[in-house]
Amino acid sequence: MQGGCGLRVVGTRGWGLAGVRSAGRGVGPPRATAAEGKQTNRTQQMTPWLFSDKGIMCLKSNNIIFAYSDKMKSYRYVGMRLYSTSKTVDPKEMKTFKALAYKWWDEQGAYAPLHSMNDLRVPFIRDNLLKTVTNHQLESPLSGMKILDVGCGGGLLCEPLGRLGALVTGIDPLNENIKTAQQHKSFDPVLDKRIQYNACSLEDIVEETVETFDAVVASEVVEHVNDLETFIQCCCQVLKPGGSLFITTINKTQLSYALGIIFAEQIAGIVPKGTHTWEKFVSPEELESLLEPNGFLVQTITGMLYNPFSGYWRWTENTSLNYAAHAIKSSAPVETEEHHTKTPGIDGQEASQK
Amino acid sequence: MAACARLTRALLVPGATLGGPRLPGLRWLSGSVGPGQAVYDVVVAGGGMVGTAMACALGHNVHFRDKKILLLEAGPNKVLGKLPATYSNRVSSITPGSATLLSSFGAWDHICNMRYKPFRRMQVWDACSEALIIFDKDDLDDMGYIVENDVIMSALAKQLDAVRDQVEVVYKSKVISYTWPGPFLDAETSPWVQITLANGRQLQTKLLIGADGHNSGVRRASGIQNVCWPYDQSAVVATLHLSEPTDNNVAWQRFLPSGPIALLPLSDTLSSLVWSTSHEHAAELVSMEEENFLDAINSAFWSDASHTDFIDSAGSVLQYAFTLLQPTNSSARQLPPSVAKVDPKSRTLFPLGMGHAVEYVRPRVALIGDAAHRVHPLAGQGVNMGFGDISSLVRHLSRAAFNGKDLGSLSHLTEYETERQRHNVSLIAATDLLKRLYSTTLSPLVLLRTWGLQTTNAVSPLKEQIMAFASK
Repeated sequence: MQGGCGLRVVGTRGWGLAGVRSAGRGVGPPRATAAEGKQTNRTQQMTPWLFSDKGIMCLKSNNIIFAYSDKMKSYRYVGMRLYSTSKTVDPKEMKTFKALAYKWWDEQGAYAPLHSMNDLRVPFIRDNLLKTVTNHQLESPLSGMKILDVGCGGGLLCEPLGRLGALVTGIDPLNENIKTAQQHKSFDPVLDKRIQYNACSLEDIVEETVETFDAVVASEVVEHVNDLETFIQCCCQVLKPGGSLFITTINKTQLSYALGIIFAEQIAGIVPKGTHTWEKFVSPEELESLLEPNGFLVQTITGMLYNPFSGYWRWTENTSLNYAAHAIKSSAPVETEEHHTKTPGIDGQEASQK
Repeated sequence: MAACARLTRALLVPGATLGGPRLPGLRWLSGSVGPGQAVYDVVVAGGGMVGTAMACALGHNVHFRDKKILLLEAGPNKVLGKLPATYSNRVSSITPGSATLLSSFGAWDHICNMRYKPFRRMQVWDACSEALIIFDKDDLDDMGYIVENDVIMSALAKQLDAVRDQVEVVYKSKVISYTWPGPFLDAETSPWVQITLANGRQLQTKLLIGADGHNSGVRRASGIQNVCWPYDQSAVVATLHLSEPTDNNVAWQRFLPSGPIALLPLSDTLSSLVWSTSHEHAAELVSMEEENFLDAINSAFWSDASHTDFIDSAGSVLQYAFTLLQPTNSSARQLPPSVAKVDPKSRTLFPLGMGHAVEYVRPRVALIGDAAHRVHPLAGQGVNMGFGDISSLVRHLSRAAFNGKDLGSLSHLTEYETERQRHNVSLIAATDLLKRLYSTTLSPLVLLRTWGLQTTNAVSPLKEQIMAFASK
């Protein structure tokens, strides 16, 4: 990763989390079988930069299944360079870009858990936002609301929110993600008008969008943010007073350590060591303790559970793995005791290891 | 094998089935988007009873108020101005469940204002024995309604017209091809279903609903397998005049060895005949003299020629046992009315078959009605299964819309498929089994079905279950 510049929030929606469900009826490329996957795992553990030509490898961690192809893996580095430097695209990269775009929007492919997470997070956002308005139209309940999706990846969450009538701004530091998202929405004339994408980081737009948004969504993002407090302060700045912040992320528990780090990285060896930094996972208490002093009132924190066999998420009381949080920016301005001078950003080491 | 089939998705189909003259008979109801660029949220292919009802149900749904819906119909816009004095020979038995769906978007009121006949009782009996089953409702609820198909269509057309701002209709449309996006989506190709019409117009839709009948072009184009076989029977339909006026609120059906004959009430003096029988016999019935035809119907309902002493005594023993156990339970056997006259020109026949689509959905496509399933008319379920499909699909789609989902997404479409196949497959299997079981005069089977029918008739909870299932 170059530059280490700014608050680089790489959407995990983009990079780690992916799922493999039975191919079902999906329009999908032939996938490597589980057996093939296992065989290649060995090689991978020894030399993590070498990948089988067989395509997909299934990596399971944190109750979320990881899968990526050799193409994506090698592309990851390319992407990291691209977003900060190059705007031109060479044909080879274009080819991988296509493979990537396909991955984002294949509902039963690599990102299936993120697609199915929409069944929870869209109603969560919708219903909590509707509490703040007196009446709404059923056909476009979020009509007129301005929402910022930080780390939007391929636009998986921007599109449903746009369909509900919201004016969505999706930002992601990765150029390629934004291109994919842009391309995908352009086929829908309605969404094309309601959504705009921007390849930038949150801090890049803070100044021009002060108190602009009715809601900020950071879904599966905060566990990759280096300086969470500054990130939350930025969220607060771009929100209108009374606006909502929605966060979904992974808890920092023994269970997430056991499944995400020990099992996936050490025992099964299916994720190269160091892929996840457990220390960067955020517990609900920690999140709350960062939100409250920074001008937010936490409304809800609730657990989410992914069933890798059915491919569906459901709400649960238990927040020990994944959870969702909703906080409201308090109308009265809150004095921030200290301003961080440190530039927050995704940790360079983590990014390059991913 | 199935997986291979699924990968081949860019399919073209000659639009032969969605025929119709190549006329520029387009009716543009909302012409804001020019040809070539139109992206619809939902396109319904086939404007029959099920397709039109689907378009109505979506058009009247609050969650679809800002969606673009299109109905493609191969035929012309038939306007039923004034209700004709003579009854049509094509009628449907509408279950209370279907009536609820039709009233959900206001079509049922129109039907009530035109004409329909409720029935409170259903008597089904065997030609080879005394066994019978009577379905009736104690509380004056209707068991179902006999409605002419034309009346249903006219009611639907009115309700469709009421939402013409949301639902665009193209009559006399002929589809040349349906094209799905390839299996390897890349960023440049449109993810929608492309529809090419014979007049050159190109459409795109996020969800294509195939309601184009048992020869569905949508089903073929999407590569969905269909399990089907023709029955060795044709149905003869006719409008009959009863010898004398009665309450006429009973639907009658008798299983003859050649097939079931049903008499469905239309009014106090009129009933509709649906007689399923061998192709030869059906052709004979249609062409014979009126008097012979009437004799054939009356003797089909009244004759005991197929009875055998053995079965009769075996049946009466069981019946006697039931009477001892539950002296008050048995509903009295009623006698069907005799018919005196047949409406001229109302006699016609059509072949029968059974079919079931292995899948109801694929990405961006869903099948409803006869495109997904075709049944023998003996249970009067054909169009009701189609209406059931609609209420299920609309429920899932409106939830998807309220959750901001892509309407063509497989995740909610499979929920529809699971829900409907569970219901439809059991109905189709039961109907097919009944058809086979009653197509024989073999004594052991006759005995089995005699006892089976008598037992079912005697065990009220079982009967109520059947009624509840069939009236959905």
